[in-house]
Amino acid sequence: MPLWKIAWRSIQHRSLASALTAFSMGLGVALVVAVIVIYGVLNQTFMRSAQGYDIVVGPPKGSPLEVVLGAVFYSGYLSDTIPYDYFRQLETGRYSPEVETAIPIALGDHIFGMPVIATAPKYFTKLKYLEKYNYTFSSGGNMSADSDFEAVLGYTAAKKAKLKAGDKFKPTLAKHIPSKEFPEPDSFTVAGILDPTGTPNDQAFFINIEGFFIMNDHLPKSALNDVMSKRQTEDKGTEAGGKRISAVLVLTKVQDIKPTVTKDERGMETVNIERLESQKFDPATMSLADRLVQDLDVQVAKPAYEITRLFEMIVGKIQIVLIIFAVLVIFVAGIGMMVSIYNSMNERRQEIAIMRALGAKRATVMSIILLESILLSLGGGLIGMVIGHGLLIGIGPIIASAVMVVVNPFHFQPMELALIPGLLVLASLVGYLPAVIAYRTDVAQSLNP
Amino acid sequence: MQLAAKLVDVKKEYVLKGETVRALRGVSMEIPEGDYLAIMGASGSGKSTMLNILGCLDKPTSGKIYLGSDDITTLDDWHLSNIRGSRIGFVFQSYNLVQQLTVLENIEVPLFYQGNVSRKSRQRCIELAEMVGLKDRLNHRPTQLSGGQQQRVAIARSLVNNPYFILADEPTGNLDSVTTEEILQLLDRLNAEGRTIILVTHETNVGERAKRIIWLKDGEVEKEVNNRKTTVL
Ligand SMILES: Nc1ncnc2c1ncn2[C@@H]1O[C@H](COP(=O)(O)OP(=O)(O)O)[C@@H](O)[C@H]1O
Ligand SMILES: [Mg+2]
Repeated sequence: MPLWKIAWRSIQHRSLASALTAFSMGLGVALVVAVIVIYGVLNQTFMRSAQGYDIVVGPPKGSPLEVVLGAVFYSGYLSDTIPYDYFRQLETGRYSPEVETAIPIALGDHIFGMPVIATAPKYFTKLKYLEKYNYTFSSGGNMSADSDFEAVLGYTAAKKAKLKAGDKFKPTLAKHIPSKEFPEPDSFTVAGILDPTGTPNDQAFFINIEGFFIMNDHLPKSALNDVMSKRQTEDKGTEAGGKRISAVLVLTKVQDIKPTVTKDERGMETVNIERLESQKFDPATMSLADRLVQDLDVQVAKPAYEITRLFEMIVGKIQIVLIIFAVLVIFVAGIGMMVSIYNSMNERRQEIAIMRALGAKRATVMSIILLESILLSLGGGLIGMVIGHGLLIGIGPIIASAVMVVVNPFHFQPMELALIPGLLVLASLVGYLPAVIAYRTDVAQSLNP
Repeated sequence: MQLAAKLVDVKKEYVLKGETVRALRGVSMEIPEGDYLAIMGASGSGKSTMLNILGCLDKPTSGKIYLGSDDITTLDDWHLSNIRGSRIGFVFQSYNLVQQLTVLENIEVPLFYQGNVSRKSRQRCIELAEMVGLKDRLNHRPTQLSGGQQQRVAIARSLVNNPYFILADEPTGNLDSVTTEEILQLLDRLNAEGRTIILVTHETNVGERAKRIIWLKDGEVEKEVNNRKTTVL
């Protein structure tokens, strides 16, 4: 019968007190686990959501952060617009040599409480999410470039709207009495539904931007809700048909060391070696960004930079506060555990004296008490992990709808493992005082009180 | 004749709030193997103190104590613990079983602290339980047993390490007369088998079962009574 078993029997012997102390420890651990997991998921989502592209070209109004939040999280900050023509210039026009992919996005109404984003089909073929994953479809496929009125739905969006591939829906809140000039709003056909990505795209309706322009043309201005569509109709007849968009997502060209050979009239060859660093801090990007700002009425935001800054500024600090809070809860639970074990020492003096009379050494009874505290703490820790992840099942959806980040409750953060040594240290501290009492127990006196 | 224990001028003083209480004032005695000794005396005469010192639970202020042929007076706590676990069997008035352990585990406990638990030792524990008549109670908890049964578990436990002697402090103090008789018969039998028994009691009918009685008074041996003059010591 090993020592821990004796310790375990003592715990069982006072099962109610033990259960309560372990449970309070568990609550603290649950909080820590929840904070760690949520932070991890937020971190991952925030840091990586934007990384399918380098820069966002958006309207000059507002801060770069607002542009990024609008483009990545479809938040309402991006209410101003830029001409669609700017996208053309990036895709096929004068800036195109430096651009790998340019994708237009236009933020529309919110339907079913989730945003409608007008974009091009290549959004799902040229961009990756969470740094490395290609978009895949749980049913159907990408919207086709040939048919303007097709849509792709995020996994959650499709579920909430109860739409399947092939279904039709109206991606606008515009309401008016249909007339000959302005018939019913155009319907879009769901071409495909994305697999869950763990990004804000899970809760978004993507419609073909061509269809979006046509749909807006077909609606009377008075019926339009979103600023975007109102601007479309205002600018009718100006450049590029007055089409306006929210932003252009730009993936700049990855250029390694690339020799370019030029020949003059006499056949003399000159080799120029252009050295370009990694994509993120690409001098080409910098200069492209600078030139865009100079040439056009836009601002250029770098999502990776903006989001890292935001995350560290707000979420990072909140996490520290929450962790401190949770650690305090664990600490208080630890004190509770100490009080519980300490109180039990009185009634256990005799028990300890018996052990000692039967040959147990001071160190042995001391270890039994320490083990008891360790078993209780680790048990509480285990309960806490279960509760913590259980808590996430409960609050995951709330987070999902609040910040559009999907929290997988069974997502396990390696940081959680750091709790184990932490709990061991706490348990040793908590058990130390009672263990010393056990160590010092006067056998002769305690045997016959 | 081999000695199980020997005390030479053992004194024990307690200092309590500046006042010195002289619990033992120089006690000497020899306890041969196979002895059955009862220590009697009025309350406060030093019985428990003497038992504690014999049981290595407490150290004398002066004097020498031999267990077998070893002087244990100078040993430290670690060694004394080992001696308690391997050479002394304890039986207490309030049984002092470990509540959260089973009958069998309780009998095994002293071996456990010595790191001597094995399949063979477990078999021995079962045999001891059988000897005290609790073979069918091996997996019961102390609370499921009567007082007499608990004391029998304690006696089995006291035997598990094959001790030099059994120290019994008022072993029948909590028992009715019928159960007392059962326990005394068990002790008689053990002594007849050659076990050395030292018991403390204030009940004369219990003391009279021993081969001899040492009466203590104010921390000194007042008199020694040989109950069985006919038996050869
Ligand atoms: N731990 C102690 N501290 C102070 N005095 C003690 C202590 N233990 C015993 N005594 C005193 O020593 C004397 C002998 O006590 P004890 O051996 O318990 O007697 P008995 O067991 O015969 O009643 C008593 O006067 C008692 O008050
Ligand atoms: Mg006493």
